[in-house]
Amino acid sequence: MVSLSPNTAAAGAIGRRRIDWIGKLRDLPLLPLAILVPFVLLAVFADYIAPYDPTEPLAGFKIFTPPAWMQGGDMRALLGTDFQGRDIVSRLICGARVSLIVGVMGTVVAGGIGTFFGILSGYLGGWVDQVVMRLTDAWLALPALVFAIFLATMLGPSMWNIVIILGAVYWTRYARVIRGEVLSLREREFVKLAEIAGASRLRVILKHILPNVVNTAMVLASLTIGVVIIAEASLSFLGVGVSPPQPAWGLMLAEGRSTLMAGMWWLTIAPGLCIMLVVLATQLLGDWLRTRLDPQLRNL
Amino acid sequence: MIQFILRRTAYALITLFILSLTIFTVVRLTGDPVTLMAEPGARAEDLDRVRAEWGLDRPFPVQYLAFLKNIATGELGNSFNYEMPVSTLYFQRLPNSLQLAAAATLLSFLIGIPAGLISGVRVNTGWDNLGKVVALLGLSIPGFWLGLVLILVFSVWLEWLPTSGQGDWRHLVMPALALGWYFAASLLRLTRSSMLEVLRSEYIKLARLKGLPGYVVIAIHAFKNALIPVLTLAGLNLVVMINAAVIIEVIFAWPGIGRLLYEGIFQRDFPLVQGVVILAGFMIVLINLVIDILYAYIDPRIRLTR
Repeated sequence: MVSLSPNTAAAGAIGRRRIDWIGKLRDLPLLPLAILVPFVLLAVFADYIAPYDPTEPLAGFKIFTPPAWMQGGDMRALLGTDFQGRDIVSRLICGARVSLIVGVMGTVVAGGIGTFFGILSGYLGGWVDQVVMRLTDAWLALPALVFAIFLATMLGPSMWNIVIILGAVYWTRYARVIRGEVLSLREREFVKLAEIAGASRLRVILKHILPNVVNTAMVLASLTIGVVIIAEASLSFLGVGVSPPQPAWGLMLAEGRSTLMAGMWWLTIAPGLCIMLVVLATQLLGDWLRTRLDPQLRNL
Repeated sequence: MIQFILRRTAYALITLFILSLTIFTVVRLTGDPVTLMAEPGARAEDLDRVRAEWGLDRPFPVQYLAFLKNIATGELGNSFNYEMPVSTLYFQRLPNSLQLAAAATLLSFLIGIPAGLISGVRVNTGWDNLGKVVALLGLSIPGFWLGLVLILVFSVWLEWLPTSGQGDWRHLVMPALALGWYFAASLLRLTRSSMLEVLRSEYIKLARLKGLPGYVVIAIHAFKNALIPVLTLAGLNLVVMINAAVIIEVIFAWPGIGRLLYEGIFQRDFPLVQGVVILAGFMIVLINLVIDILYAYIDPRIRLTR
């Protein structure tokens, strides 16, 4: 490439750049990104995008105004209003923020705890390994949601409590999988050589073990995030998650439930569709990431 | 074999010990359960009386021993609200939860296993893609939202099915579908991958070489073996569904264990919540132990490793 004459090099670069660009585009997971990017943008800029205050009743609107295209609807509140006369669209937009923050941060906490224990357990072995593995056994014995409900009841409802709780509930899978990886990494030559060269345990873990389990952790994270989002919605639905008047999709579903029998379907359909779309997108993204980063993980 | 059983039982006991210690610690760390459940404005001497009644004024190790004793006698303390032992309440509700969980398991079998079987046999065809879509939706549609949508469609719009409560099969269809939905998707995935694995094995090749017709190979040789992990998962799922169907039971007003837990949360019935959580954990540890032992019994290789 260096030896090419300037002209052909430039032409080749242009041609190659174009092909690469198309190839890259085709490689990207377009469908999940097409769903996720708008939701992320809505969540980040919720304050600017949301047409009204999600926690205040809309002035001049009745409660339970139906969506704009139905009889009695109004273009100013596209998806209608809820039982306090608050704008559904604004609440959905701000709810995206709650769902995504809890989904991402809960996953980060779970991944952090799980990776830490997994590496410790796999690399140190011995009694540390025994303790950590028995701990994961005990943790896994409780159905995740029941455990989360229990913790949420004890800690009280708030968004950041939910992040900590879901992190504390979902770390076990990381610990188990990463421990398994570390067990085989520990026997590899580059780790043995680093040990012989006199590297401290901490250095071996940070420089040689951690970089090699990051991919696995990423794949697990992509699979956890949807689970965490649904768990947050479930907790909020039960009244032990995000507390009113903060808008969260699970909470909106709970509020819409009492009027479901009266046929006010928009209060139930809209938040549920949002949850479904976001979780679906994260799952698809996870599948893509899994085949990209590590084909061996396809069975996870 | 006896050695294996002993070791596994010891592990299970350690797990239960850690579980009880975890729950005990969480409850004590997160504050005083008495103030948590007392109504605002309760008098200080009343609070002290309740504390003494529950032994909360004693040192932690003593409390923990009392807590263990409570578990060992199988009573798990008295529910604050019902004034009955938690275990009595739990076992009163158990048949209802069992009924719902069994129906959900049946539905998840009917959806998950045939679909997984077809996907596994006809890899990368239209059927397989359909199966993938179902599996994906199973993971991304929250069961409780599916329940709400079912109510909307079949009770409110079509008026075919009752919205809630317990009764004949019509009361059972929607909650069972909402509860079994997620598990149907996971059974589908597992049946598919299990079939794929079995179909690749040597004895299947031999069966085909013998000239057996394709459906015999698949139905008798492959499917039967592919079913082992699937049934294991289903057994575990059943226990999880019994204990974790909280939201579905709330939505459909189903008087099961999940609803008991929900009531416990809202009435701040703290011994009830704690007891239900512990019993759920115990049931799952127990079923895991049974599965482990059965596996070791069937497959001697498992006994020798680990």
